[in-house]
Amino acid sequence: MKGLAFSKRNDLEVLRDPLNLFFGVGFPIILLLLLTAIQANIPVAMFEIEHLAPGITVFGLSFMTLFSATLIAKDRGSSFLQRLYTTPLTAGDFILGYLLPILPICIAQSVICYGAAVILGLKVTVHMVSSVLFTLPAALLFVSLGLLCGSIFTDKQVGGICGALLTNLTAWLSGVWFDLGLVGGAFQKIADLLPFVHAVEMERAVLRGDYAGVFPHIWWVSGYAAAVTAIAVFAFLRQMERQ
Amino acid sequence: MDAVKTVDLTKKYKDLTAVNALNLTVRQGELLSLLGVNGAGKTTTIKMLTGLTRPTSGDAFLNGKSILTESGAVKVMIAVSPQETAVAPNLTVRENLELMAGVHGFPKSEAKDRAAALSDCFSLGEIADTRAGKLSGGWQRRLSIAMALISDPQILFLDEPTLGLDVLARSDLWDMIRNLKGKMTVILTTHYMEEAEALSDRVAIMKSGRLLLTGTPEEIRSRAGTDKFDEAFVRIVKEGQP
Repeated sequence: MKGLAFSKRNDLEVLRDPLNLFFGVGFPIILLLLLTAIQANIPVAMFEIEHLAPGITVFGLSFMTLFSATLIAKDRGSSFLQRLYTTPLTAGDFILGYLLPILPICIAQSVICYGAAVILGLKVTVHMVSSVLFTLPAALLFVSLGLLCGSIFTDKQVGGICGALLTNLTAWLSGVWFDLGLVGGAFQKIADLLPFVHAVEMERAVLRGDYAGVFPHIWWVSGYAAAVTAIAVFAFLRQMERQ
Repeated sequence: MDAVKTVDLTKKYKDLTAVNALNLTVRQGELLSLLGVNGAGKTTTIKMLTGLTRPTSGDAFLNGKSILTESGAVKVMIAVSPQETAVAPNLTVRENLELMAGVHGFPKSEAKDRAAALSDCFSLGEIADTRAGKLSGGWQRRLSIAMALISDPQILFLDEPTLGLDVLARSDLWDMIRNLKGKMTVILTTHYMEEAEALSDRVAIMKSGRLLLTGTPEEIRSRAGTDKFDEAFVRIVKEGQP
């Protein structure tokens, strides 16, 4: 009950910020529209809607890190979190309260992305439902990254690190915009060692109904999600102690 | 039973002793002002009493419950209105109040009833659906105190409650704080001497982490040999040996 009240507050704080709505929903849809328009004029296999939609869906999730981290960093920067630390809320209530409310927002964002893709010509299949569900490991990864960054950085630093650096890293190293094989070398090796490209490849495999194709990508994404969540919990507890 | 009793409460940060063997008692229903210049140890004391910072040594008992071994029970009985604005900016006034009721474990219907009652009491009814971030500093502070009261705390900590407010807003808040006297124990920190003098049953003066003296405003003035409370404070702090 206590944790639920806190979760609800976090949900409302995120959803009532117009910038969040723009970057969370509007921006991925604009990208879909833009790249589909380019594809219509200059056909590129990369930007075919069944290839593009899973990539944009994963890229859109990277903004959840920004939302989550900004909320936590602002709470830390004001006395609001200190005030809540003096209430009967437990450490678990805080951690779950920051992590869980963002996950349904991630799901809603994925539904909106795939919905927009359908309007742009993506064929409706049952695999689309699976695709939305398979965003969950990546969603947890990005939301936990938000908990981690929000526990370490100030809200201004969060803007630069999560708003610029992470979204760019996700864009460049995920294979959404260009084939990583074309760059090859160390770039591709680094990308393969990070979870972003695996999250996109997993989504693409599920969308085309190739469930065997989710391996080994799901292990990479789930492994990163578990590790980042553990580090984020540690970082949050540490800053809680310091407060 | 005393509402607050500290026993050799000490907090050290590396080489700095922020609070040094503090022995302070606050009676039930009393309003005690904790005074001191910057670095006196007021905020650290409040942080220890509210469970935000663990003491290096010593203990404190709030209505008999130890802050070290019964922090859960302590958190149920206290509330804090921090110095800075501590409201959720994108939530309405009503939602902020319901949030605080919710985190104290009150069911939804009771949270709504309590929020409505406090809105009436603090004249927040007309702005109940306004987002807290859009309110003026005075109204945010008013809301902040209302949020602290929603759980019916036995001990309320008010940290610089009128800092930065204009004269009218301060006067309004003083009236509200006066209304709390006798209903709960209030520990208030302030830099405004006239505020401490006007509101306090007793005053405790700290310097360099130590308690210099406690007494009623009259006793403080008499001890310093002056009619003016701010002068008395300055004399005591200047002459006081930490």
